[in-house]
Amino acid sequence: MRIVASILTFLALSVPAAAKVDIQEVVTPSGITVWLVEDHSIPFTALELSFRGGTSLDAPGKRGAIYLMSGLIEEGAADLDARAYARELEALAASFSYDAHDDAVSISAQFLSENRDEAMALLYDTLHKPRFDQAAIDRVRAQILSSLHSDAKDPNKIAGAAFSDAAFKDHPYATDGEGSIETVSALTRDDILDAYQAVFARDRLFVGAVGDITPDEISALVEDLLADLPETGAKMPKPTDVLLQGGVQIIDFDTPQSVAVFGQTGIDQDDDDFFAAYILNQVLGGGSFESRLMKEVREKRGLTYGVGSYLASKDFASLYMGSVASANDRIAEAISVIQDEWARIQTDGVTQEELDNAKTFLTGAYPLRFDGNSRIAGILVGMQMMGLPIDYIATRNDKVNAVTLEDANRVAAELYDPDGLQFVVVGKPEGLMATE
Amino acid sequence: MLRRLALAGAMAAAAWPTFADGVDEAVTTFELSNGMQVVVVEDHRAPVLQHMVWYKAGSADEPLGESGVAHFLEHLLFKATDTLESGELSATVAANGGRDNAFTSYDYTGYFQRVAADRLELMMQMEADRMLNIRLTERDIETERDVILEERNQRVENNPSALFSEQKSAAQYLNHRYGVPVIGWRHEMESLNMDDAMSFYGTYYAPNNAVLVVSGDVDPDEVHRLAEQYYGVIPANPDLPERIRTQEPPQTAARRLTFKDARVAQPYVSRSYLAPERDSGAQQKAAALTVLAEILGGGTTSFMAERMQFDDPVAVYTAAYYSGTSLDDTTFSVIAVPSEGVSLTEVEAAMDETLAAFIETGVDEEQLDRIKMQLRASQIYARDNVDGIANRYGRALTSGLTIEDVQAWPDVLQAVTGDDIIAVAREVLQPETSVTGWLMRDDEVTQ
Repeated sequence: MRIVASILTFLALSVPAAAKVDIQEVVTPSGITVWLVEDHSIPFTALELSFRGGTSLDAPGKRGAIYLMSGLIEEGAADLDARAYARELEALAASFSYDAHDDAVSISAQFLSENRDEAMALLYDTLHKPRFDQAAIDRVRAQILSSLHSDAKDPNKIAGAAFSDAAFKDHPYATDGEGSIETVSALTRDDILDAYQAVFARDRLFVGAVGDITPDEISALVEDLLADLPETGAKMPKPTDVLLQGGVQIIDFDTPQSVAVFGQTGIDQDDDDFFAAYILNQVLGGGSFESRLMKEVREKRGLTYGVGSYLASKDFASLYMGSVASANDRIAEAISVIQDEWARIQTDGVTQEELDNAKTFLTGAYPLRFDGNSRIAGILVGMQMMGLPIDYIATRNDKVNAVTLEDANRVAAELYDPDGLQFVVVGKPEGLMATE
Repeated sequence: MLRRLALAGAMAAAAWPTFADGVDEAVTTFELSNGMQVVVVEDHRAPVLQHMVWYKAGSADEPLGESGVAHFLEHLLFKATDTLESGELSATVAANGGRDNAFTSYDYTGYFQRVAADRLELMMQMEADRMLNIRLTERDIETERDVILEERNQRVENNPSALFSEQKSAAQYLNHRYGVPVIGWRHEMESLNMDDAMSFYGTYYAPNNAVLVVSGDVDPDEVHRLAEQYYGVIPANPDLPERIRTQEPPQTAARRLTFKDARVAQPYVSRSYLAPERDSGAQQKAAALTVLAEILGGGTTSFMAERMQFDDPVAVYTAAYYSGTSLDDTTFSVIAVPSEGVSLTEVEAAMDETLAAFIETGVDEEQLDRIKMQLRASQIYARDNVDGIANRYGRALTSGLTIEDVQAWPDVLQAVTGDDIIAVAREVLQPETSVTGWLMRDDEVTQ
């Protein structure tokens, strides 16, 4: 019994450690804002650049152009062809990685202090003088096509694609940013150049830096690297409603385990009730082993290896999503349990204990995010893109703690929509009826 | 480029190797009186720690006919103990803002929590408790067996590349347990029971068979004091068996297999060769193989990419993999994904020519220098992720290596010469020890 007693003592003392992240705002001579965390303990810097809009800026009929373009950025610059470029990057031991998703194209760079100028000269050419050689276009396009062919036979991808289509119909969010086999096959070099101009502009740029660099140094570095970018790029897409109707859609696919993606309309990140919703989701399907869904579907019934839900709040629409996978003869039961839980939290809300546990987890876990230069640089950019104040980190846990049981249960009644909860199931589910 | 070729993820985790060296000063090691080894990796930048216990017991240590029991037991360790209810350990970690999980491989099973830096004692208290005191019910066995079967569905049955991989490993190892999947063969998983799990637990879960690795914002003296208090009091298992597995006989026949599945969209050819692992005090050969994998198939500038993706683009993707941290013989693998209109026969022929040409041509010294530069730099970048360093120690110490081996490894890598690489390529890339597999669509004709 000694152990139990002292665990209780620990819990009672459980006050989360505070996140101490000292962010400086630096504005370059031409007006680019950089959020910087200086830390000279390791001789390298992580630099994160993000351009809002992402693959949603694809021109009509050119789906996949921005994704392909972002893969080609590292395939040669200025007088270096793809191979010479790769050798140069290796010799500097720097890493530049690129990501293109629904809402942003981002560049994550890590470079050593000892050759920072050379690394930045190469990144300058990468951003401003990409070659887009036809040979590279063909080579990278073939890789993307190979991946798209595989997606067409991947139950998770099939489910995700059908779900996005049902949720967004004509909005760019409705289709995969990587494009389709048809659209990607048809892309020309001119389309890639258009995509390049659509994305890289100052009016949508966010910059974060962490590591072995001073405010003056980062100011000069960013000014040299980015001041020459054009002022504007492509027009942003319009906000859209979520068009899900509820019910179950089944896509027949011969595989032993059915995969289900489910969701409904979500909640905007700047909504006053966002934190209440965030806590509710932690109780229902967030986290790992503690959620109601994990307890009911996995721990009690052994119906799945993993089930979870999350708030997918995008720039132009907000979803509330989840997923589960169960053997074909067990998926119907898993879905029924999830539907019941969705209805239960809407009607009965959560208990004070669940609310408190979720708050303790969320506030305690928050400082654990800030544990590496690259990770923090990404967070600095994310905060700016969400329009959060520079002192947000210090106040965030207060916002979580301010949610009362009354708030949470009012929001639960409003947010959860058991009738609007739509499932897309891919597999050969037994005993499951499609709606309509 | 190539962020996400579907099968790339299914291939071994052969990401860029990073090595600890400039990090040695952050590492403190000691041993408790009962034989439990302890490694502490300090990083005081954020008030966070990771607490891990690694057992020198993995799927390759399982009794015959009980494949999957190491992993099954890993799941069961989240159930009740004498003092904790089922699920209470994870709930307590979560209530403290932390996350916990566990993992099983051929040579080890590990448990970890990531939590605020002032919660170390609580983590040790609970982890030490379940080293000794788990209490399972028949209901736990039944439900959790369903969970691992669903895990197998998700990871393997639903994924033709993973099914293919299982068949290749089974063909690669004629006599060693590495030929049996970590998660287990389905028919054996279905019959795993309480006795199987408790017997594995009783044999292997003991302090003299475990390594404690704590990383983050911690003081080594404090870790030592707490470790003695919680782990040091657990008696060693005097009957701990020596880790001797059945070894491979000479492999004298090249093996080939084709795996067909309607769910395959992108066919490819992969080949593995039996290869030596890192041995304590003798890591040179493994170091040469590590660099060989980079030079041969480590990305855009590699020999395979140059020849097969640029000069004569018969492949959309090529790669070479080697992971030397292993208790017994490991593998060196190459893969080629054919371009549209190129057959598996053609791409395999190109791969063979490329391997032969590499041995003929020798190593490009500039390329070797660039790789060594990156290896040096990776020691700087590694300091940004002490949990990564902690994992490296945990893996090595449960795979037959010592702390000295881990700390010597960066220098052993820097000492690799072009001649070493060619010599090891000649030695390892032998058809007789190889398995060549074709993953194919089910309507494809085998040429």
